[in-house]
Amino acid sequence: MSETDITSKTMDGMGPGGTKIGLARVLGPAHVWGLGVGIVLVGEYMGWNFSVGKGGAYAALLACWFAGILYSCVAMIDSEVTSTVAAAGGQYTQAKHIVGPLMAFNVGLYLVFAYTMLEAANAITFGFLIDTVAGMTGHEGLDERPFIILAIMFLAWLNYRGVLATLTFSLIITAFAFVAIIVLFLSTTVFLGESPLRHTELMTDLPYGWLGVLAAMHFGLWYYLGIEGTCQAAEEVRSPARSLPFGTLAGIMTLLIAASLTWYVCVGLMPWEYLGQAGVPLFDAARMTGSMGLMVLLGIGTMFATLASANGCINDASRAWFAMGRDHYLPDWFGAVHPRFQTPYRAIIFLVPIALIFALGAPLDQVITFSILSGLLEYTFMPLNVILFRRKWPLNTIKRGYEHPFHPIPAIVLLTLCGITFFAVFLGYGSQLVAMLSFYIVVSLWFHFWRYRFVRRAAQFTMPWPRPQGY
Amino acid sequence: MDIWNIIEYAAWGLSAIFGLYIIFDWIKVDSTYSDEELMSSREGELEAMTEDHTL
Repeated sequence: MSETDITSKTMDGMGPGGTKIGLARVLGPAHVWGLGVGIVLVGEYMGWNFSVGKGGAYAALLACWFAGILYSCVAMIDSEVTSTVAAAGGQYTQAKHIVGPLMAFNVGLYLVFAYTMLEAANAITFGFLIDTVAGMTGHEGLDERPFIILAIMFLAWLNYRGVLATLTFSLIITAFAFVAIIVLFLSTTVFLGESPLRHTELMTDLPYGWLGVLAAMHFGLWYYLGIEGTCQAAEEVRSPARSLPFGTLAGIMTLLIAASLTWYVCVGLMPWEYLGQAGVPLFDAARMTGSMGLMVLLGIGTMFATLASANGCINDASRAWFAMGRDHYLPDWFGAVHPRFQTPYRAIIFLVPIALIFALGAPLDQVITFSILSGLLEYTFMPLNVILFRRKWPLNTIKRGYEHPFHPIPAIVLLTLCGITFFAVFLGYGSQLVAMLSFYIVVSLWFHFWRYRFVRRAAQFTMPWPRPQGY
Repeated sequence: MDIWNIIEYAAWGLSAIFGLYIIFDWIKVDSTYSDEELMSSREGELEAMTEDHTL
């Protein structure tokens, strides 16, 4: 270790022997925040409101709270594990070190599917938004395809060119979209004189009872879906032990605030029957205030949130794919790093046509459902992962950047909430859930009986940790 | 042809430019560097250098 020259201009100075090309360690906690919140915030601008349609305004609030607890557990658990297993691939790499190769292969695929599907959904939404703007100016019949393709190609190009510019872009547009929500809240409660909010007139009891609350959980995930994406930056942050917990936990706090404000403003402006099926609820809320300034602000916010989400998804899916290639879980060709831009360029390129196929050829609700299901499978893995992590390497045996409190309560709560959400998803999308599980079973068999023979088993475990307890 | 038709064509054009940039650069990089060099990244190297994970 002491022979490594970290000031070398020709070697990246990272490895014991030095390597020539590696991912660039240039990110700080703000970029981690921008990555995590950027992927999610589009869920505040659209999607969460379908939980209102499932069970009414109060059901959406309860879903917001339950999902908030679920994702707070996710953020705490992820912060502890990923600040210790700081490598590209995030949860895939965690699974590889803590659980085993088959779990890691599955988690890697969950990540790639969740983010690529979400990227496709964001691109579809971007096309829809452009069409809406064109419609407002009197133009009918806009072809959305060039805008869908442009969103994916521009963001792929940005990701290809370097992670610092990519996540700085995410940080700026995410901050703008978050500030827009704050401005809308302050305007409707303080600045507009007489408040347009009509909670006492619009709030109703639970229209579908407690079953509606359960059904609302499916879309309640939208308030926070994707915050765990911060882990994918692990190999590119300057100080993983500090930046990852800080960025992730600040991110979940931001989202809890944004979700609460979004719910409060929207249910105070629109009846639940309308809100439950609105395409762009925050933009609609701005329109209801009658303020042109707020309309423009929230319109731009909606577009920025969509782009930030797609941008973060490209970043995260490519890191997971790259990490699996580097470990030979997939063809090692994908484990290449661009010599100048220091990005996993082959993984980025490979995922572009896949995103385009889903964005141009699949219906939005199906694409979103497959993304949510893959995410949910990933969350179910996390509590098992952290319980094994604490058992194999208890506190005070290895350094941790962050130690999450009250273990194992967050893990048990997360597992319970995942079970409830699986049931909620099964109520609405049972056939997709079965199809998705069947797919993962088939690819697991392929991995076990064929692909694993190419994996360099001795080289998989890269963390310089002591032998796990019990081994 | 109104402004939105022009914007549509511009979107097609920009998409092609971004796509072509990526493809040309990809071909250039792959023909300039060896695969051994491009795939020399290793996981966990920073930790190997800076952390001994003992307390």
